[in-house]
Amino acid sequence: MTTTSTSSNAVEAPAPPARPRGWRALPSPVRHLLLAALGLAVFTGFLLVTGDLTALRMAAVGYTMLSIAGLQLLVGGSGQVSLGHGAFMMIGAYTTALLVIHMPMLPLAADLLLVVLVAVVAGIAVGAATARLHGPYLAGATLILAVGLPGLAHRYHEVLGGSNGLTIRTAGAPPFLQGVVTNSEWKALVVWTTVLLAMALLATVNSGRLGRRLRAIRDDENAAAMAGIPVGRTKVVAFVIASAAGGLAGGLQAYVLGTITPGSFTLALSLTLIAALVLGGISSMWGALWAGLAVVYLEIWASDATRALNLDRDVENNLPVVVFGVLLILILRFWPLGVHGAVQRLTAPLRKKSAPR
Amino acid sequence: MTTFLNLTLNGLATGAVYAALALSLVIIYQATRLVNFAQPALALVAVYIAYTVSQMTGSYWIGFVAGLLSGLVAGALVERVVIRPIAKSSELNAIIVTLGLLLIVQGGVGMIWGNRQHGFPYAFDYVGRFSPADVFAVASVAVTALLLFGLYQFTPLGLRMRAAAFRPEAARLSGVKVGLMLTAGWAIASLIGALAGMLAGPPFISPNAFDGVFVYGITAAVIGGLDNPFGAVLGGVLIGLGMSYVSGYAGPELATLAALAIVVLVLSVRPDGILSRPAARKV
Amino acid sequence: MILEVQNLNASYGAVRALKDVSLGVAEKGFCAVLGANGAGKTTLLRTLTGLHRAAGGRVLLEGEDLTRLPAERVVTRGLAHVPEGGGVITELTVEENLRLGGLWRRRRDRVALDEVLDLFPPLAQRISKSASTLSGGERQMLAIGRALMSRPKVLLLDEPSLGLAPLVTRQIFDLLRELRSSTGLTVVLVEQNANGALAVTDSGFVLNQGSVVASGPSAELLSDDRTRHAYLGF
Repeated sequence: MTTTSTSSNAVEAPAPPARPRGWRALPSPVRHLLLAALGLAVFTGFLLVTGDLTALRMAAVGYTMLSIAGLQLLVGGSGQVSLGHGAFMMIGAYTTALLVIHMPMLPLAADLLLVVLVAVVAGIAVGAATARLHGPYLAGATLILAVGLPGLAHRYHEVLGGSNGLTIRTAGAPPFLQGVVTNSEWKALVVWTTVLLAMALLATVNSGRLGRRLRAIRDDENAAAMAGIPVGRTKVVAFVIASAAGGLAGGLQAYVLGTITPGSFTLALSLTLIAALVLGGISSMWGALWAGLAVVYLEIWASDATRALNLDRDVENNLPVVVFGVLLILILRFWPLGVHGAVQRLTAPLRKKSAPR
Repeated sequence: MTTFLNLTLNGLATGAVYAALALSLVIIYQATRLVNFAQPALALVAVYIAYTVSQMTGSYWIGFVAGLLSGLVAGALVERVVIRPIAKSSELNAIIVTLGLLLIVQGGVGMIWGNRQHGFPYAFDYVGRFSPADVFAVASVAVTALLLFGLYQFTPLGLRMRAAAFRPEAARLSGVKVGLMLTAGWAIASLIGALAGMLAGPPFISPNAFDGVFVYGITAAVIGGLDNPFGAVLGGVLIGLGMSYVSGYAGPELATLAALAIVVLVLSVRPDGILSRPAARKV
Repeated sequence: MILEVQNLNASYGAVRALKDVSLGVAEKGFCAVLGANGAGKTTLLRTLTGLHRAAGGRVLLEGEDLTRLPAERVVTRGLAHVPEGGGVITELTVEENLRLGGLWRRRRDRVALDEVLDLFPPLAQRISKSASTLSGGERQMLAIGRALMSRPKVLLLDEPSLGLAPLVTRQIFDLLRELRSSTGLTVVLVEQNANGALAVTDSGFVLNQGSVVASGPSAELLSDDRTRHAYLGF
């Protein structure tokens, strides 16, 4: 597209890579923040035309998406398979609840920052302990974490509330916005603002040096080590970032739902998260969006469908999981790049036309 | 002291179950380099079929045999229909596909039999220290392990299965039907998994009944070395004893986290498990 | 012709690795297939025994069409293949490796085992040892022995000299020649080491970029300077 000035010597020398112009010339943090702002604007507009119920559902989509985006960085980026991601959501959720209960004077932003800090510490501990494990060994160890951690809530029930969990009250819309937005809409906005900011950060990390190192490790660990990449440390960093995203997502979940029970952080949650990641598309952070939508809406559709068909509760409770499993296997079989990959393939001709290289 | 003795005997009995599950994981891992996270789901199907057949016939043992057979068939079927077309593409896909199966089967069992608990009987009297049921658990797993060893070591089928696992191409050139051997491996593994389920099921079964057992089974396989059947048995016994002591002295809720600690400790010293073959890992 | 290859084609994706390869090997022949790295020699063997799917053409063994048979069936028709590096299973013992070769014959073939051990005395000494303890030459013997356990009509060998000392290579080549004259086995030897291979074989084919570019009695190929310089590099 920029060949007019260099037509005479283009034959001898390969054309230098065209300097990126416009959008691509922006530094990646700016780009990702602008995208996040755009996303928030779109989301706000979307909330205006939908109701309270959708706002709460979209809040759930938001934090699920963040959690899965963290998992994407870890699994898709560095190739480490964690089956214990739900454990970090649990850590985030319980930390939030404890902070709200025992330190009510802290603002939400401070709570969430502390949540991230706690999740980072937990991530360092687990990541360092599992740094030398590879493939199925890591998957096994993290699986044990996912199954074992809810046990803590039962063991220390005086602090963590046992199987009934903890219940908190969180502030709704601020006074000056009363009547403009409902409490649910406000919460959805808070969640999405946080989520989009965090995802802009994740995307920046992913497109930067760390992301490149992670992909190098995923493709060939020995070659990466030979090229001077500190493999062990980089893997731990990826694990910590993923834990932080998971923890923050859990914190937001506690903020939205107000009730935290160990029963919402079972192995099934961790498995659903990684299943959804594959479903959405493991190779791109965009996959997390589809994944978040799938987790929240498949469950809703399944219960709608079973109710419409008058099926019994056993079917209703299990249908989402089964649908998930079936979709997962079909996608792996026919669409290995997930929904995002399929979308990309469908839109490829369009993009080629509008932006030639 | 009696507490310690009780906990030890108890640990041996549960350890046998973990060892059986670990064995079923190791058999498949040896053959396909894949950890079958769907193993508890296959065991679940087997146990529910055993339950249903027992109810229909009124005989525990007919149900028991039906359960083992359905484990065998389920394993073969799953390998042929689901695993084979997908698992080759990547390690991650292999893990994910077994997770997908786990979700489907657990959900499916919940749909058919309901999420509530069903009573599932012990094979023998289970009252008292090292009860007949415990003896049966230890003995049946020990016999299974010996039979498995004999099969691998002394039969043509075993030789074919090992050859197919180690060097599939060389095995084919020697006339071994490698695909058939993989199916056989899955079938045998799932049969043993079904046995583990039958032993772990009582007194109640529910769709999530084996989550905990599975965690200890995989712990046993991982610390023993995923590619060594002896490691699986050793790991099972170790985890059984360890969990029994932790539950007895520190509280059952902490047992799972203690398992995690054991895994991390063992693997930080030996990253491929206690009895792994040093040459098994390619550099 | 005991083994006949007619217009065989094979490809990896868009790359055509074999282009209309035709050749014939006489009964009790000792035949060399030569060519540079990447000429298609290994692909030829893999396609012959069904490890790689033929894209066209036919493979006939004593007139029987083997083209579409999977590798595990081809060996049962009498076409045995010793792959590059031998394919010895180091996790098994020497005896297990050998027994594996004759397993498909159903009946325990005690005689075949004894015959093979007679041929390779070093293997007899280490029969119950792990195959991983063998030297390079012994591994190649074990690989050949395992192939012989299936009592093949034609034995295909992929670069048995690879990684072996010249002296050991000579031993292996001599052994193959002896085997041919004592049992009437037909041997096809794929080699990059053209000089050594032509010295022991009685006929040869030269592959270049997936096509047969020269063929004839080994002595003639050896004395044909043009072929030697152009394709065999000596």
